[in-house]
Amino acid sequence: MEEVLVGVQNLKKYFPIKMGFFKTLTAKENPVVRAVDDVSFNIRKKEIFGLVGESGSGKTTLGRLILRLIEPTEGKIFFKGADITTIPENDMRKLRFEMQIIFQDPYDSLNPRMSVYDIIVEPLELQKVVDSQKEMKNRLIETLEEVGLTPPETFLYRFPHELSGGQRQRVAVARAFALRPEFVVADEPVSMLDASVRGEVLKLMLKILEKYGSTFLYITHDLALSRVICDRIAVMYFGKIVEMGPTDKIISHPANPYTKALLSAVLVPDPTVKRAKHVVKGEIPSPLNPPSGCRFHPRCQHATEFCKKKEPILVQVDKEHYVACHLVEK
Amino acid sequence: MDLLQVNNLKMYYETARGYVRAVDDVTFNLKKSYALGLAGESGCGKTSVALALLRLLPFNAKVMDGEIFLENKSLLKMQIKEFKQEIRWKKISMIFQGAMNALHPFKKIGNQIAEPIVIHEKAKKKEALERAGKLLDLVGIGAERIDRYPHELSGGMKQRSVIAMALACNPDIVIADEPTTALDVIIQAQVLTVMEELQKKLNLSMLLISHDLSLIAEVCHEVAIMYAGKIVECGDAVSIFKKGAHPYTQKLVSAFPNIKDEKKEIASIGGFPPDLLNPPSGCRFHPRCQHATEFCKKKEPILVQVDKEHYVACHLVG
Repeated sequence: MEEVLVGVQNLKKYFPIKMGFFKTLTAKENPVVRAVDDVSFNIRKKEIFGLVGESGSGKTTLGRLILRLIEPTEGKIFFKGADITTIPENDMRKLRFEMQIIFQDPYDSLNPRMSVYDIIVEPLELQKVVDSQKEMKNRLIETLEEVGLTPPETFLYRFPHELSGGQRQRVAVARAFALRPEFVVADEPVSMLDASVRGEVLKLMLKILEKYGSTFLYITHDLALSRVICDRIAVMYFGKIVEMGPTDKIISHPANPYTKALLSAVLVPDPTVKRAKHVVKGEIPSPLNPPSGCRFHPRCQHATEFCKKKEPILVQVDKEHYVACHLVEK
Repeated sequence: MDLLQVNNLKMYYETARGYVRAVDDVTFNLKKSYALGLAGESGCGKTSVALALLRLLPFNAKVMDGEIFLENKSLLKMQIKEFKQEIRWKKISMIFQGAMNALHPFKKIGNQIAEPIVIHEKAKKKEALERAGKLLDLVGIGAERIDRYPHELSGGMKQRSVIAMALACNPDIVIADEPTTALDVIIQAQVLTVMEELQKKLNLSMLLISHDLSLIAEVCHEVAIMYAGKIVECGDAVSIFKKGAHPYTQKLVSAFPNIKDEKKEIASIGGFPPDLLNPPSGCRFHPRCQHATEFCKKKEPILVQVDKEHYVACHLVG
């Protein structure tokens, strides 16, 4: 068994819903949105783990929970074998040296008043990883070269508005990797980029990952891209993992009806292949009234009475392949 | 039969630093009840083409040259008043990008769909609302939701209401600008099914503008690939995707991973799209092209026919 770097156990995040004063008096219990509901998985060292799901499935919340950018309601988070769920913010800050995040939108995630130099130097200064100004500068230049912003000197004093979308995302990648972190969460890092630039930014991230032996949690809605990048993926629906396993296995032999639906809805850049019509009816139900039993049952073709009553749990169906569905036999 | 003809259209944006050549000598035809896909990266001028077709250009945009014909009637020479009366919405309508922003947040969905019917067809409000209800049925939202506000609808439903609105005055041509980019895969599949069914049922001609080649492969019969304000290759969808001749087309097609095919590494083009204030000399793709020669830097290639209905603008082809 390979070494586990990051793990979560029965992780839950419930967001309370704001109510008016009088409603709080009459309501029996505080209503909550179950953004992440009882999720467990491990990410191995040097692995690229993909979290795939539609918007509202809780994948971003899960990514942020692992870095403790938001606090979980219940459950445990492990990093290098140690429980980091409740350690104080000060210790956590030291740990962030080894855990970084790349956000989706390079137009929002970079401070418009900071130059590229300031953006990348800030984490280095906060974490006091370099001793001298000279070392700092070297590290900076090296990082910029790694992300393909060359020659680095011409980019140091530019501001985000002077860069294109692809260049901005490269700055965000540089900021995350300047500390040489062991674990990086990337939340849809290329979804805002053009197709021609997307491939390049992805390749570059993979190259840096390999160079530093970092572990990667890749959050995406794009199954076709996740197949190219990830070693293992977990498919999320409505706050739960419904299927998890090696990427090739899940893409070629999906077991959960939701995964199948998601796969058949993916468009193919080939005019001779036509997509299956009428994949799934309806849309993601309201998070305020989650369906009983299996959360996918109102949209599932194969749903039975039993599915409406009992919630399925993740069970192992094959080596490393886990599925949460009553209709899948072990 | 060609319903819409665009001939040598040039549309520049006037800025303090000179002209931005957003649309530079673009020629294409749209056949009756066909779907034409206009593909390219952001900033290549594909939305500008759509705006020029509907004469919705911003104040600093100028049509420098070229002609647009709808059934042999020149659209650019027409008085703007007549154009509004006769063409916009009635003949050519548009599905705008981002349904969330295209709908008025304070107005009921039915009223918004009825509005073009009242204005362009001088229909009574009641009659227009009735038609709006039918349109909502047609796109699968259901007439009972006619009194909903946009915030009460999900993303997919909002996008469908924008489609219903585009169909309000029974147009011949619908321009769809990135109609599904903001939607999730499953919802995107649902909206596409609605669009494809309607296109067949109502015999619509469609101009689909998108950066997503998978979407274009799914919907369109014909494809035009745009790069830096120019069409570099056009033809029927199968030729473009399977036998694309222009280096840009080939790269762009391979930049989209195919989930139903063998696993391939993600391709990228390298470099950045050019600044249209000073486009590169000669072939505009030459700084990013692996095969570029000295000649490519000097002379601009023109579209030449390489096969039946397949045109390529590249010195290295043919």
